[in-house]
Amino acid sequence: MIDLIGLTIAVPLVASGVNLLIGKRLGRRSGWIATAAMAVSFIVALGALLQMFSLPAEERTQVVTVAEWIRAGAAAVSLDLRVDPLSITMALVVTGVGSLIHLYAIGYMDHDERPGRFFGYMNLFCAFMLALVLANDFLLLYLGWEGVGLCSYLLIGFWSDRPDAARAAKKAFITTRIGDVLLMLGLFVMWVHFGSFDFDVVLGHEGSLPEIAAGTATAISLLLLGGAVGKSAQLPLHVWLPDAMAGPTPVSALIHAATMVTAGVYLVVRAHALFEISDVALAVVAVVGLAGALYGGFSSLGQYDMKRALAYSTMSQLGFMFLAAGLGFYPTAIALLVAHAFYKALLFLTSGNVMHGLHDEVDVRRLGGLRHDMPWTAALFGAGALALSGLPPFSGFFTKDVILDLASRDGATWAFVLGSLGAMVSAWYIARLYFTAFIGERRYEGSAHEASALMRTPLVVLAVGALFAGIGLELTPEGTLPMFLEPVLGHVVEGDAGPSTQVLMVLAVVVTLIGIGIAWRLYRPANQERWVSFPEREPGMAGVLAHGFYIDGLYAWIVANVGLRGAAALAWFDRTVVDGAVNGVGTLATRASGLAPIWQSGKVRRYALSFMAGGVALLLYAAVKI
Amino acid sequence: MTWENSAITITTLLPIAGALVIAMMPREKDRAIRGLGIVFTGAALVLAVAIAVGFDYGRDGLQYVLDVDWISAIGVRYHVGIDGISLPLYVLTFLLSFLCAIYSWRYVPDPGRTKAFLALMLLLQTGMAGTFIAFDLILFFVFWELVLVPMYFLIAVWGSANREYASIKFFLYTLFGSIFMLLGFLAMYFQGPDPHTFDMVVLRDYGIAGGFSQTFQLVVFGAVALGFAVKVPMWPFHTWLPDAHTEAPTIGSVLLAGIMLKMGTYGFIRIAIPFLPYGAQKYAPWIGALAAIGIVYAALACLAQKDLKRLIAFSSVGHMGFVMLGIATLTEIGIQAAIFGMVAHGVITGMLFFCVGSIYDRYHTREIAKIGGGMLQTMPKLGGIFAFVAIASLGLPGLAGFWGEVMALLSSFSPNEFVLADQVGLFRVFMVMGGIGTVLTAGYFLWMLQRVNMGTLPDQWREAGLRDVLAIEWVSWGPLLLLILVLGLYPRIVFGVTDEAVSGLLTLLGS
Repeated sequence: MIDLIGLTIAVPLVASGVNLLIGKRLGRRSGWIATAAMAVSFIVALGALLQMFSLPAEERTQVVTVAEWIRAGAAAVSLDLRVDPLSITMALVVTGVGSLIHLYAIGYMDHDERPGRFFGYMNLFCAFMLALVLANDFLLLYLGWEGVGLCSYLLIGFWSDRPDAARAAKKAFITTRIGDVLLMLGLFVMWVHFGSFDFDVVLGHEGSLPEIAAGTATAISLLLLGGAVGKSAQLPLHVWLPDAMAGPTPVSALIHAATMVTAGVYLVVRAHALFEISDVALAVVAVVGLAGALYGGFSSLGQYDMKRALAYSTMSQLGFMFLAAGLGFYPTAIALLVAHAFYKALLFLTSGNVMHGLHDEVDVRRLGGLRHDMPWTAALFGAGALALSGLPPFSGFFTKDVILDLASRDGATWAFVLGSLGAMVSAWYIARLYFTAFIGERRYEGSAHEASALMRTPLVVLAVGALFAGIGLELTPEGTLPMFLEPVLGHVVEGDAGPSTQVLMVLAVVVTLIGIGIAWRLYRPANQERWVSFPEREPGMAGVLAHGFYIDGLYAWIVANVGLRGAAALAWFDRTVVDGAVNGVGTLATRASGLAPIWQSGKVRRYALSFMAGGVALLLYAAVKI
Repeated sequence: MTWENSAITITTLLPIAGALVIAMMPREKDRAIRGLGIVFTGAALVLAVAIAVGFDYGRDGLQYVLDVDWISAIGVRYHVGIDGISLPLYVLTFLLSFLCAIYSWRYVPDPGRTKAFLALMLLLQTGMAGTFIAFDLILFFVFWELVLVPMYFLIAVWGSANREYASIKFFLYTLFGSIFMLLGFLAMYFQGPDPHTFDMVVLRDYGIAGGFSQTFQLVVFGAVALGFAVKVPMWPFHTWLPDAHTEAPTIGSVLLAGIMLKMGTYGFIRIAIPFLPYGAQKYAPWIGALAAIGIVYAALACLAQKDLKRLIAFSSVGHMGFVMLGIATLTEIGIQAAIFGMVAHGVITGMLFFCVGSIYDRYHTREIAKIGGGMLQTMPKLGGIFAFVAIASLGLPGLAGFWGEVMALLSSFSPNEFVLADQVGLFRVFMVMGGIGTVLTAGYFLWMLQRVNMGTLPDQWREAGLRDVLAIEWVSWGPLLLLILVLGLYPRIVFGVTDEAVSGLLTLLGS
């Protein structure tokens, strides 16, 4: 099946073409076609994984040539895919979680008029995402990278008549494009230095390190990180992610939680050999990650819109992944990526259930007590929340808390302390969402209807993954998944500074319980009149959190007052100064020559006519001469 | 006379023959005239494709050469030929003209007069095509100026409200530039090898061998470059362009953006740089600077435009900035990027002007605020095409706009290591400016789509009977839409053609 890995990309691509071209005639069958394509893709990836198990660890990296792209003399550029433990793990997340989200979307998009277009874009996204993770060189990775960005744009703006969706789509594309340009510059430096984009050349292979000076490696790494920061919505390019929630909820789950936004983490982990040669790049990754983890977590606390709260949570979780990568715990970063894909997709889709059942209501102040009308949804959301909060034995505990444990014993006390604060906030914001939306009194009118069986089925699978991936896949450093990734990512070396693992585990649980406890104190049903209010402006700290520390507002102000006003001033300058000079010269020339103003006279036309006559005569002359 | 030596002459002059036939048709036979326009441009396209098919892609140097005496008194020859640098632009000229003729089956703007309209278009076609095959400076100049006149009339007669001003400005400004260009040509004639010649192959070899003195090169490069720079147009010589585009009829804009602007950049590659390599080396940082400023400047100007057509026109200034930046690096990658960028811009921006023309046909306004959005809902196909082409124009990988821009930026990361070695830092600044330009470009195009395509349809248009893409539009647009995708996915169809010629040029420059 490894040889057939190209099918994982080709099948969704073809299905996408079918849906986009004749989707109108397919009607509601579109969704089933798209889901089947994803399922096929998943099966192929699974087959490749099984075949990989039969190989010894050192032979598990294989390059599959799909087609020859360019042939110029002796040099041939072929379209290569790389199948190794890291890429196959990513591919399984994309196709596995992707299939479930597609299945869910059949129900969710039931009432939409253009399912063909929606599922066409979704499949196209998956094809690009798979190209990104299966690429064997940075060029194909970049093509996939831009492709998923385009699909993200198209899907955020899918309901193009909604002004907020139109705005958010544009904002997402432009903000991530800033990162993309940095990534592109990084690829330039790479190309000039190595003369190749091939992973084996750029990243070294079979244990050999790439040949590159530390300074150049730093330049490339930081530029790649710039791309990662844009795509994974980290500070300071994070502002697009909360707004991107204007897209349909399956899009939020697939693109803006489980897959695309993790591409930045994948990029750093994939290119870790370069980051390690640089002396500062990894430290920058860790700091960016920690800042994102804290910023996202605190900002989530201030959101009343469930999806926006989850978006900030995604940013925070991605921050933890970057922190792990920055500290050198690459397998653990990927383990968190996998676990997060399960529980965050689950959390988004269950909020989708709420929206589906309650006319797109997402403000928790207008929800409450949903567990009565939507018991399944409440239980499933609860499962996701448990997994995210980091309580044992669920998957968050084996990943996020492991990162902190490792950080502590690696001597990175700063990361441990601040990361634990982030972990506490994580438990706090997710418990807050559960308490405000699902328990207590109903604050909505009418009755909410529970999601259909079709929508619940994939959620149950996700919930099982979210709860038990930690145990099943053994996400701990010595466990199954990290050991599987070892040939590519190396072994996590555990330090022995600081307290023992047992102490740290207890500490982690205590921190999580404190977070949940704070949420209960503040948001328990008895307190609801204290926080259910709709003020014009949120006062004090609540306002700061609600607006994500006003960073977005600051950017908007700069764009409007510096950017657009500057553009208007420049347009004025162009008209009056640059063009004014041209017109001035024209006027001067006509005055100086004493002619009537040439602009109004017929002189130019007569001149042009004689010019043309002369030209034709010359050509005729030429024709005669031959 | 064999096919080999007469093919490009026949192909290039066929449109003029068509113009003469059309001129002799009775005015009432409107349909027949339009049909003839399609027949002649179509036949010319078939011939152009045949030339491309018969072209030997493995070989550097001129093919299909015809070199005969013309005005022997002053050594002017009728020397035509085609190489890998000319061929893509030559074929593009015939393709775009053919598609414009198809488009004119339905759209001949006020005041009608189909006969004159199509005859002028055909004349324009010969002028543009001739520029790319001429290998004698005077012949080149004749074709160059021949283009000016029909375009002047197309704008002055069939343009919109402010056509008088725009057409005269266009005419005088480019004429002003070409006078300097002609003076430069004459200077090279008199300073060139003995016996004096206008032959471009001879002068190129002479120039590359270092025949012209350094001072001479500095002066003459300046003169020639000014002529080309106005045509491109490079910042700050661009102000004729937004006016000309905004007032021109749709096919005028398509051909202006699609082909005519490339005559300037082609002049740099074909004449200015190889003839005057020392001048090129000394001017390169300045050209790079103007190009980089132009990229950012145009993008900012686009953000401030309220008129859809003016916005697209300004975007051309930015895109041609990328082309010029590639040229200024004096590297193989940069010049390859420039030629690719020219073709891609011709296809994409030509298509954008088609879109804007059809949008105007529906709304009778080009003002973004009046259109007011919602096009995706009422005219999903037109909206979809418009979005597709705009996204191609902002340089998304996999579509045509990507390769030219990204390679121009890559080439400015490491400009020519022999002659620009001490300017590397400067060119990297240009590269960063170009990078900022790509972000701003995404900004104005997506903002444009947000305001035109997305949102809900304003009430005033509900009863306006907006019709989605018509059959004739599909026919005239289809090839361009396909090319945008094919060029993006398989850039070799241009790079493979230009490869030999560009590396030949750069080997000659050697340094």
